[in-house]
Amino acid sequence: MNLTLFVWRQKGPGAQGGLEEYQAKDISPDMSFLEMLDVVNEDLIKDGKNPIAFDHDCREGICGMCSQVVNGVPHGPRERTTICQLHMRHFRDGDALYIEPWRARAFPVIKDLIVDRTSLDRIIQSGGYMSVHTGGVPDANAVLIPKHDADTAMDAAECIGCGACVAACPNGSAMLFAAAKVAHLAQLPQGRAEAAQRVCVMTEAMLKEGFGNCSNHYECQAVCPKGIKVKFIAKLNREFLKAELRSCGTPEAGTPSRD
Amino acid sequence: MILDGRCPPGSLSEKWERHRHEMKLVSPVNKRKYRIIVVGTGLAGASAAATLGELGYTVEAICYQDSARRAHSIAAQGGINAAKNYPNDGDSVFRLFHDTIKGGDFRSREANVYRLAEVSGCIIDQCVAQGVPFARDYAGYLVNRSFGGAQVSRTFYARGQTGQQLLLGAYSALSRQVKEGTVTLRPRTEMLDLVVVDGEAKGITVRDLVTGEIRSVGGDAVCLCTGGYMNVFYLSTNSMGGNVTAAYRAYKKGAFLRTRAYTQIHPTCIPVTGEHQSKLTLMSESLRNDGRVWVPRIRGDRRLPREIPEEERDYYLERKYPSFGNLAPRDISSRAAKEVCDEGHGVGPGGRGVYLDFADAIARLGEGTIRERYGNLFEMYERITAENAYERPMRIYPAPHYAMGGLWVDYNLQSTIPGLFVLGEANFSDHGANRLGASALMQGLADGYFIIPYTIADYLARIKPGKVVRGHPEFLKSVEECKAFVGRLLSIKGKRTVNEFHRELGSVMWENVGMIRSRESLAGALKQISELRAEFWKNVRVPGGEEELNQELEKAGRVADFIEFAELMIRDALHRNESCGGHFRVEYQTAEGEAKRDDENFCYVAAWEYKGPEAEPELHTEPLLFENVQLAVRSYK
Ligand SMILES: Cc1cc2nc3c(=O)[nH]c(=O)nc-3n(C[C@H](O)[C@H](O)[C@H](O)COP(=O)(O)OP(=O)(O)OC[C@H]3O[C@@H](n4cnc5c(N)ncnc54)[C@H](O)[C@@H]3O)c2cc1C
Ligand code: FES
Repeated sequence: MNLTLFVWRQKGPGAQGGLEEYQAKDISPDMSFLEMLDVVNEDLIKDGKNPIAFDHDCREGICGMCSQVVNGVPHGPRERTTICQLHMRHFRDGDALYIEPWRARAFPVIKDLIVDRTSLDRIIQSGGYMSVHTGGVPDANAVLIPKHDADTAMDAAECIGCGACVAACPNGSAMLFAAAKVAHLAQLPQGRAEAAQRVCVMTEAMLKEGFGNCSNHYECQAVCPKGIKVKFIAKLNREFLKAELRSCGTPEAGTPSRD
Repeated sequence: MILDGRCPPGSLSEKWERHRHEMKLVSPVNKRKYRIIVVGTGLAGASAAATLGELGYTVEAICYQDSARRAHSIAAQGGINAAKNYPNDGDSVFRLFHDTIKGGDFRSREANVYRLAEVSGCIIDQCVAQGVPFARDYAGYLVNRSFGGAQVSRTFYARGQTGQQLLLGAYSALSRQVKEGTVTLRPRTEMLDLVVVDGEAKGITVRDLVTGEIRSVGGDAVCLCTGGYMNVFYLSTNSMGGNVTAAYRAYKKGAFLRTRAYTQIHPTCIPVTGEHQSKLTLMSESLRNDGRVWVPRIRGDRRLPREIPEEERDYYLERKYPSFGNLAPRDISSRAAKEVCDEGHGVGPGGRGVYLDFADAIARLGEGTIRERYGNLFEMYERITAENAYERPMRIYPAPHYAMGGLWVDYNLQSTIPGLFVLGEANFSDHGANRLGASALMQGLADGYFIIPYTIADYLARIKPGKVVRGHPEFLKSVEECKAFVGRLLSIKGKRTVNEFHRELGSVMWENVGMIRSRESLAGALKQISELRAEFWKNVRVPGGEEELNQELEKAGRVADFIEFAELMIRDALHRNESCGGHFRVEYQTAEGEAKRDDENFCYVAAWEYKGPEAEPELHTEPLLFENVQLAVRSYK
């Protein structure tokens, strides 16, 4: 099949970008979307032009590195599918595709389709963990975790940190991302001790990084390649309320315990 | 030279205990003064960096992805082994040790493997404490599954995303140290060279992948945790950026590389569909717990799988290896698949595939149970092939997957260069000639959480912190060399793209140095690769400039190293006149077609020393002594 692509090209962080047109020729339906771009890039290189820069690594939908908006939808049209796992059989011969980077205040463009997502890492660094040292922990079966809790924690923990939720949100909010981590850890007995403090510092970090507020559009859930549910946002809000009752805003609460 | 693994004396079970006691310590007040560079943030790197940070060292952790959380460990699916014996089915530290040694076809070091088995239980405890949501039963206890090469259930898992959950656990520990200020993260940074001063590793040279700046990073010790090199085959289950560059450049600076011929070809991957293919996707070995492998008895049978009656199917693994059946180890299962396909029984495009069938398991357990166990794998399979594996069997074929070879390390995980430590898949230590499933995750975390924190102290305690500074001439020289290398790649402006070279390299390697090798195939490949190398340096086209984000330039550097590295790999395979594990030479097989080891002449670790660009590398050996297991013919019948 043959397709027409309009791809966002931008030389560098501050540079002016724009859409450029390319032809993708002789594309097999068995190719993945990124393999289709590989073909376009090979042609560009042979023509003496610069190939399209895009992030990717595992190409199996798990590392969360790939990040493209196709025709306005992060990761493209297929539900629960990253762009690297999207196959060309879901498009039709002659289609026109608009390919753009994640767009959000907290994700500045670095080049072409590549953006800077270190803001997500900083949310985790603010307190998205359990404060446990290596060694000196109890036997793995010492604390029983009901299957339902373990499964729910896993549902939340499946987040791959790609940032599609942010790119889809009209407010550029990272609520689903943060909520998935808060819910994952708060669901487990080991994570309860720090739950209140965690939700406070992570929410604060989110705002500091320039992510917007959540106003319940639920676009995030619709594009999440891992099917992370907005019910976790409700869980975050509950945790937050509980924490506020326990004086979340005090200065000490802002610093995770040093052990 | 005869290499010494420096294993401590004493009985197996005393070695590590005693060694820990005998090693030197760095006092808590001094730790902060030592700067440790950790290259790689996979299971090995992240767990090491986090733990070293917790202990108080000053750590700098680098990776080429945009976040530490994206290292390829994230892609591991099936599970992680530990000798917990929770199911009470006869497991023990000794049994895990024994299975690993035997699975590795008696080509690994007893002391290392025993230590691995010993600490395996602590890993599970640690991960649970971090919040890794392993699978549990209704009472809340952890559950296990089985993996190839074992007759007990000792594999812990988190759906089909065990690697992801373990890595996120290690990443969270790492993030905590970033907050504490002990670890500095440098994502989108690639190591291009190791800096050695007066014979000791004192830093690295890196390229900032965003700005293109090439600069020095100095430290008191370097830990390489850079993963495997299976992309030398172009198509593999590894991540696109997986490379041998860090390890290879360390080799050029004097670290010995160990038996690289041991490459693991994983039996259950989705078959190739065409030229455009950029990588291969694994279907976890855990599927073989419930899936049955078969091919049609009639050659070239084109009927739909469901139309082929039971008696016209050949469940060849169950037939050939009745006691392990579908859970025969990887090397054996892969070769068996190739064999039946070579004989014309293969299914799917080009006859390069065998069936992995869940019909019996679904009938026995119900679709719900199968969905719960492997749902995400079935989904992934459907995304790629557009086929529903609940209704028709999967088609699978072997693919390059794991590197058992790597930089040679001693018992302390130190390479032949003092101060250079190697962890995880990048070292060679524990899996011999073949790795058992679910043991790589175990090894990466064992190295990072529980071994390096002790052994690196023994080195650091002997040196003064901050002895060498970044302005040292060796650093400047290395930066100049790296700049020259990059400049050379950009200046060729030839006709062929980097991918074209990589694809050609891969096809030569797969055809000649893949599952089955012969003296002729290896010699032929050696010649082809050296021609390819010459052509690469004359005719490669790398667009763009040096001081910018330039993905083609990144790839070009990696492929250049792969080409040189491939020559070494072949030399190693040529020298090893025996078959063992992932190294199968047609000349050395039993009457039944199984691998025939030669313990008299090859019961050693081969480690190669770089001797200059045009010179042949020099072979050194470390004899392997087996005092606790009996060298036996590996049988899974
Ligand atoms: C698809 C798949 C499934 C698997 N499933 C299982 C399983 O179920 N059980 C099991 O035990 N094992 C499994 N394995 C094997 C296991 O996942 C790996 O062996 C293990 O995770 C490797 O961990 P590592 O920390 O050594 O390296 P990796 O996780 O590969 O990390 C390498 C790190 O090094 C960095 N790096 C590499 N080169 C450079 C450079 N030049 N400069 C800077 N940084 C660099 C990368 O950025 C990355 O951070 C699987 C492997 C694959 C590919
Ligand atoms: S490249 Fe890893 S998720 Fe797409």
